[in-house]
Amino acid sequence: MTKTLTHLKRLEAESIQIMREVAAEAENPVMLYSVGKDSAVMLHVAMKAFYPSKPPFPLLHVDTTWKFREMIAFRDKMAKDLGLELLVHINEEGVKAGVGPFTHGSATHTDIMKTQALKAALDKYGFDAAFGGARRDEEKSRAKERVFSFRSAQHRWDPKNQRPELWNLYNARKNPGESIRVFPMSNWTELDIWQYIHLENIPIPSLYLSKKRPVVERDGQLFMVDDDRMPMEDGEEPMMKSVRFRTLGCYPLTGAVESEADTLEDVIQEMLLTTSSERQGRVIDHDSAASMEKKKQEGYF
Amino acid sequence: MAHQSDLIAEDIAAYLKAQEEKSMLRFITCGSVDDGKSTLIGRLLYDSKLIFEDQLNALEADSKKMGTQGQEIDFALLVDGLAAEREQGITIDVAYRFFSTDKRKFIVADTPGHEQYTRNMATGASTADVAILLIDARRGVLTQTRRHSFICSLLGIKRIVLAVNKMDLVDYSQDVLNEIDADYRAFAKDFGFEDIVTIPLSALKGDNIIESSDATPWYEGPSLMHYLENVQVGDARQAADFRLPVQWVNRPNLDFRGFSGTVASGTIKVGDPIKALPSAQESRVKSIVTYDGDLDEAVAGEAITLTLEDEIDISRGDIIAGKDHPPEVADQFEAKIIWMHDDAMLPGRPYLFKTANKIIPGAVTDLKHKINVNTLAKAAAKQLELNEIGVCNIGLDSRIAFDAYGDNKETGAFIIIDRLTNTTVGVGMIDFALRRASNIHWQALDVNKNARADQKHQRPAVLWFTGLSGSGKSTIANIVEKRLFARGRHTYTLDGDNVRHGLNQDLGFTDADRVENIRRVGEVAKLMVDAGLMVMTSFISPFRAERRMVHDLMAEGEFIEVFVDTPIEVCAERDPKGLYKKAQAGEIKNFTGYDSPYEEPERAAIHVKTAEADAETCADQIIDYLEENGYLNANGGNRD
Repeated sequence: MTKTLTHLKRLEAESIQIMREVAAEAENPVMLYSVGKDSAVMLHVAMKAFYPSKPPFPLLHVDTTWKFREMIAFRDKMAKDLGLELLVHINEEGVKAGVGPFTHGSATHTDIMKTQALKAALDKYGFDAAFGGARRDEEKSRAKERVFSFRSAQHRWDPKNQRPELWNLYNARKNPGESIRVFPMSNWTELDIWQYIHLENIPIPSLYLSKKRPVVERDGQLFMVDDDRMPMEDGEEPMMKSVRFRTLGCYPLTGAVESEADTLEDVIQEMLLTTSSERQGRVIDHDSAASMEKKKQEGYF
Repeated sequence: MAHQSDLIAEDIAAYLKAQEEKSMLRFITCGSVDDGKSTLIGRLLYDSKLIFEDQLNALEADSKKMGTQGQEIDFALLVDGLAAEREQGITIDVAYRFFSTDKRKFIVADTPGHEQYTRNMATGASTADVAILLIDARRGVLTQTRRHSFICSLLGIKRIVLAVNKMDLVDYSQDVLNEIDADYRAFAKDFGFEDIVTIPLSALKGDNIIESSDATPWYEGPSLMHYLENVQVGDARQAADFRLPVQWVNRPNLDFRGFSGTVASGTIKVGDPIKALPSAQESRVKSIVTYDGDLDEAVAGEAITLTLEDEIDISRGDIIAGKDHPPEVADQFEAKIIWMHDDAMLPGRPYLFKTANKIIPGAVTDLKHKINVNTLAKAAAKQLELNEIGVCNIGLDSRIAFDAYGDNKETGAFIIIDRLTNTTVGVGMIDFALRRASNIHWQALDVNKNARADQKHQRPAVLWFTGLSGSGKSTIANIVEKRLFARGRHTYTLDGDNVRHGLNQDLGFTDADRVENIRRVGEVAKLMVDAGLMVMTSFISPFRAERRMVHDLMAEGEFIEVFVDTPIEVCAERDPKGLYKKAQAGEIKNFTGYDSPYEEPERAAIHVKTAEADAETCADQIIDYLEENGYLNANGGNRD
């Protein structure tokens, strides 16, 4: 009598196998925790992978200081509830220099407060393997990235020189100075993530659910006024609109969608009936055509 | 069709409940763009509503701009996106695409292009349950069909969909389909496929993709989607013997010791007797632990943690199996290897082999023959180049538990890792253990100078530095050694200091003793070259004859004379050891340059002048010579 594993069980098992492999082979692994839904699933799977042990690595959050306030509160609560070590890294020089999305633009802000900060954090702690929640369905350059993706000592990705990856036999050996980005959720899609969150009842920030929030409209996108650092243009007044977010990041760079979906089921329903792809609300992707690929070569996760 | 269920709008909770029961299928598509492969994948994505409106808008715009279908949507553009990436110089090797229907989630391995085809297709096929072989109805079974089928068969795919595309261009002729079907079955009979389903298609028009087409009323089989949604996979893996390759030993505290891993095959129940390999210790399953609660039974594909009734020693890389049907244990097997790196596979060269969770040093002890992927003809070969497939004997440094790949992919596959670069250079599939002769490894592989040099990935040689005392021999030799060492070369420096105090402490500085000194150093250097090292010797070695003698001890090209040419005034001025002062004062006898001659080399391979260039520059000159003369090739040299 054959027992058929569901697609979510197979994805979960694959992610667990990848995580255990890294725990066994890397000297000093870390899990990048971005507080979003993909991170939520990755963390949940990590709790399963090592049970009854705790995951044998800390969580690392690179805080740009412009995240939604709720994300920070949620992050701290999750780490506390699960009893995990949480490392928070902020680019203090960037803070001192007053770097932010309004003053420096999204590209510079993201580079200094996120990309450079991430590299500095990995170097500071000497992590040789870092888990990320990226998925291959998100975007073209990720469709061809390996599960074990090697970075030079300068954190650069060389897409032309990737190791063949067959079966579930991952080669985690690296040269001195190299580090590995590991993507255990590579084969999940956005729909899988939502279904899994629903099935496993995984906590996520309520920003994903619709609520009346103060927003302003800029370049055809709605942005939430999360604190008083957001400069208002002449005569501009925040409007209260029922909105939710499809991805979470820096609040000035994360577009909201108008929606009445205030339960998880409604969000999934809307997603299934909707007609625009996930990353549309993310400003950094629009900066230039091959933007993600370029960012990754420079060290963006 | 996909996600078109009315339940989404009407009762999302019920819909989600139903979705939780979905299964998953991984497949690979084989064929060239000309066969309509991209169109087929694009069509599947499109028809399963995996394309969002913003992507669709872009697709429509692109189709009008550069599509090949007039005002129609060109589905190929959706999948390819290749043009832009090719322009950026990025090689697309394997791309994974995802779509799902109400019944199943699908992962498609797409391996575009012709370059690196074997490597890429093998990668995609390694995780595929089903292969779709695309055939152009107008062209029938071609050489590439044979190549694709062979690679699928090599990687153990059992289910083949023969997708005969472009049926619209042959008037949906049943005869054409039947002929192709018969041709294919005849030539695929030795590939070990369990199931071949032939489907007439038009990816462009959508015939038999999702629904059975009216254009082929004579065809009674499933549409492609119907087949993909319903084909049963995974039964064989569950029916096979139980294997749990141990991935991680789980020890949260002193009271719990569990063995974490993914069940590779079979099923296991609490209380089942088990055997751990290679130690062959036995116990019983005490519990099957998961975060979601203990299980009574676990099956292939589940990630679990086992605890046992007895304290037996099991570590990462061991395999836990059912007591009565354990895997084999051996350190030598025959295997098929697919080579994936620009540097050829050389028998005898040591590599690392990674099997289920275990990394072991070893070597290919014998390359029996290679197999032409197009003709399947066997040919003798001394090495395997990129994308070549060979049948080899492998010898590992220690025994491992394994199954034949044909019986169990998870415990029969391995990857080959280069020891210097750490990159994955090849992959293999075990056929069977070589049991008869435990010393076959060493019969096939004589440990000789070449083998030792290969092991070190270098070409052994002696750099023989000769010159006056104080000329700078040791200083330069030292820099050269550091440079070679930094490049991962295995080196040693012999100089007066480490030889005269030990091996040659009985010798003085008479001419006879000088000759004997050099003879002994020459013999030691020869042994070191035999051991595969790059040797620096730093001796005044004033006489041509002795240098010639050492030269003659070595094989052609192994003796490199380096003349460190420094005028004696300069040496005397440097006088690092105060010897010139003593010689001038008559305190030491037989000092070269004063009362003992120095015979300058007549044709030194390398001539450095330290009065004109500093030691670093002289070292550069020597490294350049080694480079130019092939001593520093990554692959070593000095072999047939």
